[in-house]
Amino acid sequence: MKTSAILSTGSAAKSDPVVDLEQVSFAFGGERVLDEVSLRIGRGDFLGVIGPNGSGKTTLLRVLLGLLKPTSGRIKLFGTDVRLFREWARIGYVPQKATAFDARFPASVLEVVISGRSGVAGIGHRFSGRDRTAAEEALETVGMFEFRARPIGRLSAGQQQRVFIARALASRPQLLLLDEPTVGVDVDAQEQFYSLLRHLNREFGTTLVLVSHDVSVVAEEVTQLACLNRRLVFHGSPEDAMRSGALAQLYRAESLVVAHHH
Amino acid sequence: MPEIFQYGFMLRALAAGLMIGTIAPTIGVFLVLRRLSLIADTLAHVALAGVALALLTGIHPAVGALGVALIGAVGVERLRVSGRLYGEAALAIFLSGGLALAVVLIGLGGGFTVDVFSYLFGSITVVQPRDLWVILLLGMVVLGTVVLLYKELFAITFDEEAARVQGVPVDNLNLLVTVLVATTVVVAMRVVGVLLTSALIVIPAATALRLARNFRSALLIAVLAALAAVVVGIVLSFYLNIAAGGAIVASAIVLFAGSALAVRRP
Repeated sequence: MKTSAILSTGSAAKSDPVVDLEQVSFAFGGERVLDEVSLRIGRGDFLGVIGPNGSGKTTLLRVLLGLLKPTSGRIKLFGTDVRLFREWARIGYVPQKATAFDARFPASVLEVVISGRSGVAGIGHRFSGRDRTAAEEALETVGMFEFRARPIGRLSAGQQQRVFIARALASRPQLLLLDEPTVGVDVDAQEQFYSLLRHLNREFGTTLVLVSHDVSVVAEEVTQLACLNRRLVFHGSPEDAMRSGALAQLYRAESLVVAHHH
Repeated sequence: MPEIFQYGFMLRALAAGLMIGTIAPTIGVFLVLRRLSLIADTLAHVALAGVALALLTGIHPAVGALGVALIGAVGVERLRVSGRLYGEAALAIFLSGGLALAVVLIGLGGGFTVDVFSYLFGSITVVQPRDLWVILLLGMVVLGTVVLLYKELFAITFDEEAARVQGVPVDNLNLLVTVLVATTVVVAMRVVGVLLTSALIVIPAATALRLARNFRSALLIAVLAALAAVVVGIVLSFYLNIAAGGAIVASAIVLFAGSALAVRRP
């Protein structure tokens, strides 16, 4: 894998957290999916968000990205309220259902990856040579450059996942959010995937947020762990999570939360 | 010079056909991939109500069709994104509603059934010079918009949520696409008629999606397939004295069947 310049400099003050959630709640159909979650993600953090099914992990990401409006609470991205935030190129997102597209969709790998530059290039402008270079560099970073002309539907799940990471990297983001990216990916591809994330985090200082239900693997890789079960049960280092018994508790917590609701 | 080129009305028919053969499949590729094929048929039926209204009130049919189709486009899109109905149910309501309104207006008018017939089944050989200018102008608007917004349209077609996170104005673009469909339908109506308009939008796109390995080639193949169908259809209609709209769509279906046989996919 060739390294390339994914680094970019931000305009926000150094002290600003990359993501700042304050008492964020989200209710859907009368049911609270997120309950007063406060969470700060610092520059260069590698945060794993874990929790059982239905614990609100995906909802947390979607609220954070402004795709869902919180019922209450405040969200800041790079120091700016999410409702006013416009610098989307600083954020890369790999949705949970990214690989669920129709395999017959006629798009080459490069077409998919360069579409990650749509926000950078600006509406009404065609992709420039710079956009193409950035897309090709992102493909090199994930080791998929040779596949650039292939139809996206003809790749394996692991390869497709790397292409979607490349799409997210194409805008050279400072914050990369990944939602259950290892689902349906074989073990070898998973190992490659985590080494890629370490590489991005250490070499380029990219802030990473990885949502997963795969507790044991994630706890080994990340520098920060957030345990979610509608409420934020724990936030700290993986070691502290182990020591405090937060991990063990998390998967019993659901019954506790229900018991607390009157 | 072949006989077909010696008639002004045939040249106008070809020019109108080539324009619609370019924009209909271009829009069609985006619609088919987003599973919105039915929207073209829906807006064609809504546009028919506009034609009937125009004939009743004496304004130019294309103006009436475009006006009512645009209102229908905005309504369909609003109802679709509101999420209160399944997408297709919203379309079915507008389709039958448009047709119902057209039938009522035609009944009120009484005497213009011949004109209405030419819009139902197309009347490419009676394209007047003024009609041709309207077709070329509207066609250029559709084509220019797609070229200008190509990368955004690709982004929302492939992955709407990812496009949204990149700051692409997804909702406005969705509305714009529906407006472009309405415009395309009004242009195509003149050539192949209300009932066959969606065929020219959907079939060449479906043909291309069987063959293309990337998005650019999908658009190119769709346009080439539609242009071939238009030319073959018009030539056949001239020499065999058959309806042009039907001949064009039949040619498009033959091409689609050919592509299905040529490509075996898992």
